[in-house]
Amino acid sequence: MKVLIPGPLLSYTNEREVEATGATLSELLDDLDRQYPGLRFRVIDEQDTMRAHMRFFVNGEQVFDMTRSLRPTDAVQIVQALSGG
Amino acid sequence: MARTTKKSTTRQHGPTVRAKPAPRRQSRRVLVLVATRKGAWLFHGDTKRSTWRVDGPHFLGHIVNHLVLDPRDGRTLLAAAKTGHLGPTVFRSTDFGRTWKEAARPPAFAKAPDGPDTKLPGRVVNHTFWLTPCHANEPKAWYAGTSPQGLFRSDDGGDTWEPFSIVNDDPQFRAWMGSEQDGTPDGPKLHSIIVDPRDSAHLYLAMSGGGVHESFDRGRSFAPLVKGMEVVEGFDAANIAFHDPHCVQLCPSNPDRLYQQNHCGIYRLDRPSKEWTRIGKHMPKRVGDIGFPMVVHPRDADTAWVFPMDGTTVWPRTSPEGRPSAYVTRNGGKSWQRLDSGLPRSQAWWTVKRQAMTADAQDPVGLYFGTTSGELWMSRDEGHRWACIARYLPEIYAVEAAEMR
Repeated sequence: MKVLIPGPLLSYTNEREVEATGATLSELLDDLDRQYPGLRFRVIDEQDTMRAHMRFFVNGEQVFDMTRSLRPTDAVQIVQALSGG
Repeated sequence: MARTTKKSTTRQHGPTVRAKPAPRRQSRRVLVLVATRKGAWLFHGDTKRSTWRVDGPHFLGHIVNHLVLDPRDGRTLLAAAKTGHLGPTVFRSTDFGRTWKEAARPPAFAKAPDGPDTKLPGRVVNHTFWLTPCHANEPKAWYAGTSPQGLFRSDDGGDTWEPFSIVNDDPQFRAWMGSEQDGTPDGPKLHSIIVDPRDSAHLYLAMSGGGVHESFDRGRSFAPLVKGMEVVEGFDAANIAFHDPHCVQLCPSNPDRLYQQNHCGIYRLDRPSKEWTRIGKHMPKRVGDIGFPMVVHPRDADTAWVFPMDGTTVWPRTSPEGRPSAYVTRNGGKSWQRLDSGLPRSQAWWTVKRQAMTADAQDPVGLYFGTTSGELWMSRDEGHRWACIARYLPEIYAVEAAEMR
């Protein structure tokens, strides 16, 4: 499925949109990490929770559950909600 | 809990065995490593330390808490970094920053076990704060201290990191650490990880919430080392949680002597004693003995420097009266002299954080510090005269001086 990558993670992917697979959001992040080592830990912490200000959308709907199931036709957006100075 | 073993408490220091003082060195080029809130910079000095070539920014926009050159190989740089939003990581370079490679497994706490019996909640590393190369006989090993307070070790040059020792998940240590609300404004920090140059199993560490601790068995157990240290008035010094060391340094020329800048004063400890002496009482009363950094002389254990800050009333944490100055002792803390020549005489309200002041090993010793307002200062003559070598940097978090081979 297509995954939209936020600007702060372009140093990993070099592309704004990449292809990845996974039956759940967590598996999708695992696949992204296999392709782009280190990416997962920048957005998901060691307790498997989303880091503050990192947000995930599936087909335009915000999701908070890493076990959320995915289909190959879904479109996933990873968004960094920028704040602070 | 295995904080203290009989072996560790009965270990004899015996007659004072002093490490052979480091020989006075030929002038080498000094590399000053500057970590800031918005990236890292390298300043390459000439052999006289009079001109500096700036290289940076590296990791522009990253919060870099520490940047350290491995003295064992003279070429491996580790940078502890994160951004305001992305998780923490460690970058590694073996070509003085021309290229960087991210750690395959940065410091991260163990995942909390599932189930209702879980006593200790899982924790998340917010940032790696402190990096210490291990002993010379462990050439690829490093320690890292984090916020929230945790201790980690890498045995492959900083590529993969694992939780280390009992500190992270021991119930007593977790109680001493307190919560994130008990620490400094940007999180409590495990810092001042020190390896005895005579014995790689002999370690010290300090926690900004939770005191100074010592291990004789390579971290299998740690025992508190806080006797003599004061705490904020009205609190019980017997409670380890109330102790707030800011920076601890071991003297290279006498590893049985440590100096400490604490939230409540400046201290010295001469082993085998376990009782710190508050040597900051000899500082001028109007300046006080509150500050963050502590710097020791590479060849003279009686000489150390501090950089006081205003710790009165609401704790402005600026230079006292807006007049910044280092102070030096040449007699182990019996007396202190002000060193402000070349520094602003008034209206300078910055201060120097705990990792942002350091010394090189040259003769005379060069001193370096970075300010919260983004200035980098140095002295070629042990603090008698200061010169600003960079302005307009982001807030400086750490300054290290390394010597190029």
